[in-house]
Amino acid sequence: MITHVLEVLGLKRSAGVHPPSHKLGAEAAIERAPLPETVTLPLQQHIGAPAKVLVKTGDEVKVGQVIGEAGGFVSAPIHATISGTVKQLPTVASSVTGKGVPGVIIESDGQDEWIDLSPANPEMLSPSEIIARIKEAGIVGMGGATFPTHVKLSPPPEKPVKVVIVNGAECEPYITADDRLMIEQPERVLSGLAIVMKALSVKRAFIAIEDNKPQAILKMREYVSKGAFPGEVSVCVVPRRYPMGAEKTLIKTILGTEVPEGGLPMDVGALVHNVATLAAVHDAVVLGKPLVERVVSVTGLVKTPKNFLARFGTPASALIELCGGSDASADELIFGGPMMGIAQPSFDTAIIKGTNCILLKKSDIREEHDCVRCGRCVETCPMGLVPLQFVNLVKHEDYEHLADFHINNCVECGACAYGCPANIPLVSYIKVGKLELRKLGVK
Amino acid sequence: MDNKPLVLSPSPHLRGRNSIKKDMYLVILALLFPTAGAVYFFGFYVLLMVAVSLLSAVLTEYVAKMMRRRPFTLDGSALVTAILFVLVMPPRTPLWIVVVGSVFAVAVAKEMFGGLGHNVFNPALAARAFVTVSFAGALSRWIAPVHSMLADGVATATPLSESFAYTLSKTEMYKALFLGNVGGSAGETSALLILIGGLILIAFRLIKWQVPVFYIGTVALLSLALGQDPLVQILAGGLFLGAFFMATDYVTTPITTKGKVIFAIGAGVLVVLIRTYGSMPEGVCYSILLMNAFTPLIDRHVRPKVFGLVKKTKKEAA
Repeated sequence: MITHVLEVLGLKRSAGVHPPSHKLGAEAAIERAPLPETVTLPLQQHIGAPAKVLVKTGDEVKVGQVIGEAGGFVSAPIHATISGTVKQLPTVASSVTGKGVPGVIIESDGQDEWIDLSPANPEMLSPSEIIARIKEAGIVGMGGATFPTHVKLSPPPEKPVKVVIVNGAECEPYITADDRLMIEQPERVLSGLAIVMKALSVKRAFIAIEDNKPQAILKMREYVSKGAFPGEVSVCVVPRRYPMGAEKTLIKTILGTEVPEGGLPMDVGALVHNVATLAAVHDAVVLGKPLVERVVSVTGLVKTPKNFLARFGTPASALIELCGGSDASADELIFGGPMMGIAQPSFDTAIIKGTNCILLKKSDIREEHDCVRCGRCVETCPMGLVPLQFVNLVKHEDYEHLADFHINNCVECGACAYGCPANIPLVSYIKVGKLELRKLGVK
Repeated sequence: MDNKPLVLSPSPHLRGRNSIKKDMYLVILALLFPTAGAVYFFGFYVLLMVAVSLLSAVLTEYVAKMMRRRPFTLDGSALVTAILFVLVMPPRTPLWIVVVGSVFAVAVAKEMFGGLGHNVFNPALAARAFVTVSFAGALSRWIAPVHSMLADGVATATPLSESFAYTLSKTEMYKALFLGNVGGSAGETSALLILIGGLILIAFRLIKWQVPVFYIGTVALLSLALGQDPLVQILAGGLFLGAFFMATDYVTTPITTKGKVIFAIGAGVLVVLIRTYGSMPEGVCYSILLMNAFTPLIDRHVRPKVFGLVKKTKKEAA
């Protein structure tokens, strides 16, 4: 109420929107999903170069065995997520871009036989050894962006990282994977944080959690006070507001500094890691375990929304069956949250490293009207842009002027389109605009 | 489940509950207060004017949409325009002029520019300007309110005209001006009822409080500086209605809050200039129409602060 009054008076910056939370699976404890009979593993589950395939049809593989080696520095290896036989090396549709990427299909032998793991004591490892273990484990940003973690942990010497921010905001509606991870396995997340702090010799860390996750806040606070870290760590409760979990918004909220346009968090001495990424860092460094599974929320129009610990390559349909099937009215399958997630063409689409949520919903496609210049998109844009201007310019095919309006600063969070009374799909226009601008070669 | 076709739509897949219709009907709700006041003060003839105006506006919109081969959705904007037009007209405007004005507002000021969202000028004010210039003679009959406290004659001068003289104490006059019990345009006299409607718009976040505050504030300060009675200047005439319902129009005013404030101050200055040095007793209508013309210019130069904008240092620029 007070917030509303302040926002009406314009005394409080109200960038962002407040979509209903719909955290249906918030109370559902993480369940281990049964091993799938086959897995489909695209060799690109990250930003950067695709991995190069190392297996051929008929090869026997164990869990954790590298089946694709990193295709460059900004890349990540891909590991087998079940033990069995390589059945096929087909081209599969990426669940992120929709484009065809090389993939590996493995048929399970039902044994779940792992490669030999080499545990280590992180205290005894040097920063470069830590980063090497993270790189070998194929860890990427698991909040959805899937940027290779070892690259993030190797900042150039002129841009030292001073603060690590743990992203437990989970601002997208429906998703509960990070929330459950913080409630059930805080020690894994915090162990990962201590390792990252050590690798970067950082003395300060904040754990950002939106105020709609009281259990996670309590659990993390409790374990932070118990744990030992190479510096000061505090839990930071941030207001529920989409897109709070967007890297730049989160840094601004916590540190009060703005990442320069076109820059990276390290330009202001910060680094943001998702909670699931840190749990994976713990597994990789302490247990020597490569990244083969993650927590994924299966939610929306399913009988019982649940959170699964599932192997990559598991088809969405298998997990939906485990939730008692989908409602008849559901006609849209989304990987990720409803605001930035990607609609999938098939129930067989397999989950990958960045898939934090499988959302089934009823499509809500509305008729687009002309802009009435209400200004809501301008007010809610977290990046201080004038989204309606992009629509005008794209409609008139005037692409070169898009740069004048800082189109590349747009993070495509969708806050503008969410609140638009004319139902204008602003994000689609902006995506087209960015693409056309790139074709023109304007930076 | 397996063979069911899936819908592939771009993100965001979740949409809010805002709609143009909802916004427009909220404005109509807010307009009910000054409209009810107009009927109370000036009689049921005003209600007849509203009905005629609504009917003409909707019919015009229907015909215009058919001619332009666009869907007729009745988004409510024609209704808002029709009501606003009546509220800014004298309370005994001949019905044929109401029809002409309403048709002009929708057909010329809005649809000819490309429909809602493309019009440069506020349709209701454009129509008022049009009929005032075209039919000056027929519109010179101003009447006193039915339950007048200030005058008992039928014909009266409005408080802003030079021939207006009051016999009551100053406090009584301010009270009458605030409550609306004076001569004037049908819906412009009661600052109180307009304020109630305006507060509804602010509470639902349809308009920014800065617009009426800076608009009315500018008029008050400037008229004070010129030795006029600021209370009379802000309460009499169409300033309140203009400030809450016209200078806040989505389509014809700047998009950023900063731009809106510039618009409001500019309109405030124009009101005082027109009232003091112009040939007309009232200047709200033209002040807003003039500022409407400046809106694209304001929007071009006033933009929100871009996140993380790096100012080029001299070294980098060189």
